[in-house]
Amino acid sequence: MSKETTNELPLYEVFIRSKNGLDHKHVGSLHAADAEMALTAARDVYTRRSEGVSIWVVKSTDIVASSPEDRGSFYEPSDDKLYRHPTFFDLPDEVGHM
Amino acid sequence: MTDNDMLFDYLLRLGDNSLILGQRLAEWCGHAPMLEEDLALTNIGLDLLGQARMFLSYAGEVEGKGRDEDRLAYFRDTKDWRNLLLLEQPNGDFAATMARQFFFDSFQYLQFEALARSSDERLAGIAAKSLKETTYHRRHSTDWIIRLGDGTDESHEKMQRAIDAIWGYLPEMFDMDAVDDAMVADGIGVDVTALRTAWDGYVNDVLAEATLIRPEDSWSVRGSRDGKHSEHLGYILAEMQFLPRAYPDAKW
Amino acid sequence: MDSSDWELEELEAAFQEKVGAEKRIEPKDWMPDKYRQTLIRQMSQHAHSEVVGMLPEGNWLTRAPSLKRKTILMAKIQDEGGHGLYLYSATETLGISRDEMFEQLHSGKAKYSSIFNYPTLNWADIGAIGWLVDGAAITNQIALCRCSYGPYARAMIRICKEESFHQRQGYEIMMTMAQGTEEQREMAQDALNRWWWPTLMMFGPNDANSANSAQSMKWKIKRQSNDDLRQKFVDATVPQAEFLNLRIPDDKLKWNEERKHYDFGEIDWEEFKAVVKGNGLCNRERLQARVEAHDGGKWVRDAALAYARKKESRKAKAA
Repeated sequence: MSKETTNELPLYEVFIRSKNGLDHKHVGSLHAADAEMALTAARDVYTRRSEGVSIWVVKSTDIVASSPEDRGSFYEPSDDKLYRHPTFFDLPDEVGHM
Repeated sequence: MTDNDMLFDYLLRLGDNSLILGQRLAEWCGHAPMLEEDLALTNIGLDLLGQARMFLSYAGEVEGKGRDEDRLAYFRDTKDWRNLLLLEQPNGDFAATMARQFFFDSFQYLQFEALARSSDERLAGIAAKSLKETTYHRRHSTDWIIRLGDGTDESHEKMQRAIDAIWGYLPEMFDMDAVDDAMVADGIGVDVTALRTAWDGYVNDVLAEATLIRPEDSWSVRGSRDGKHSEHLGYILAEMQFLPRAYPDAKW
Repeated sequence: MDSSDWELEELEAAFQEKVGAEKRIEPKDWMPDKYRQTLIRQMSQHAHSEVVGMLPEGNWLTRAPSLKRKTILMAKIQDEGGHGLYLYSATETLGISRDEMFEQLHSGKAKYSSIFNYPTLNWADIGAIGWLVDGAAITNQIALCRCSYGPYARAMIRICKEESFHQRQGYEIMMTMAQGTEEQREMAQDALNRWWWPTLMMFGPNDANSANSAQSMKWKIKRQSNDDLRQKFVDATVPQAEFLNLRIPDDKLKWNEERKHYDFGEIDWEEFKAVVKGNGLCNRERLQARVEAHDGGKWVRDAALAYARKKESRKAKAA
């Protein structure tokens, strides 16, 4: 549906680490001509209330995404691997928190 | 002039620079070439307003006549304003706005760096905070000088024209008068003539990268340290000061 | 019925079930084409409103009566630009570019909230916009935080969080004006007189006349009806006006003990239609300002892009 608008500045996805110790989290996107412009724009757009200590910008077209149809083959196989979750293991209370 | 008068005047210069440029940037609000830039210009404008308020509040206290930041901003006439002529120049197109911003940012960066070492602790504190902001402003305007200079033929031409048009307002930044001398002697102020080499170096590098030509120093206009201004300032003030002047008894 | 029809029906049923179960729809999920189109229309209109909404307030930025007010107003207008950007960004996940949305705005195909076609004539208008217009917007937006489309709902949550100060700063201006000099009080009342009815119009036509409402409710794009939201706003706002000792310009406004709601007069829908059609005091200026910013900024964006490409090719050559 989207027609090719060659003169539109490319879209960048923005990821922000809100404080040290946390992962970068996707917050939205913006348009910029290059990475430097994307980075400064991300600072102006997405950290107006000191929301971040670190910013990643990635050209949207460089993101490889799984598609919803992959859901079955990607995620369902993990559903029966309950042993990956700590609650799978019954330990006596005396052991304490583990 | 007493030492106190001189400090007052010196603080006015700093505050007025930030305020008039911030007021000019406010005119862009909602009209920038792209939404991302609208946010960038208002961020810079907000920093400048914040600086102006700190400098003017301090100036009012130094003066000791009960004038606060608003009294100083809204009830002074052109002859009492101390902002650089460069900063009251109209926005023009985006190239003109960025040219004005770039030359001032690169000056202000050096000035705040030096002021952060002022013997006046309060001034040093304001400068240290402002330096962080200005570091970003300079990065932003530098990026644009290079992009527009080395972008398309059209943008190159616009940028070059913008630089040529304001070149003669830049020497005023490096002037020193009795107030500056006294402030330097007291260890409070900055010897701006000493910033010239570093400023030249930075500006020359950026202009070269932007494929822009540094104009000849063939003209210069000055006067702001004595309250002499272009006709633009009167209109800026008429607009900015209208409400408090029309309703002097009102609180807002 | 051929197999593709059958398939489509099954997809639609699955979609509706998902929406019904309060599961969010994400960009790459299958969605009915009409759902996508409805969202594009509503979200882009919302984005345009934020951006056009910068203009009436921007009109007072250079004339704000104190440096503190100027700073707050600048931050608020900047937020609106940011909110427009979040919303364009969320709409782009539906497969339309920002440039296409601008084109639709500039050609008149896409609308923005009609409230911004009214002028800001005195400083109290800045207070009234924050108090009333943002108040109405927040009432709408809180409902949208649970919208079925993930990117829209997330943008709304972020926007609502940031907007909480907008209404408060507006009300604070109104308080200062209403308690100020006689002239300030007059400005405040004048602002309320002019903004009250247009604000009520922001919630859209009465439910009985709202063409798209039923389907949008079913898809959970809309979570509460126009009239419900309008009532909620009136109920919240009347006591605030009383506190200011200002008079809401509606003779029929009265507490209804039975309904436990305020009754209020009928909106002048002719005025609403006239302004939507282009006959508001500022329609032309608002659109023109946006067109000029975008078209006038083209050389800047082209230059940025040209420079980025040059840099890329230089890097490639050097490698």
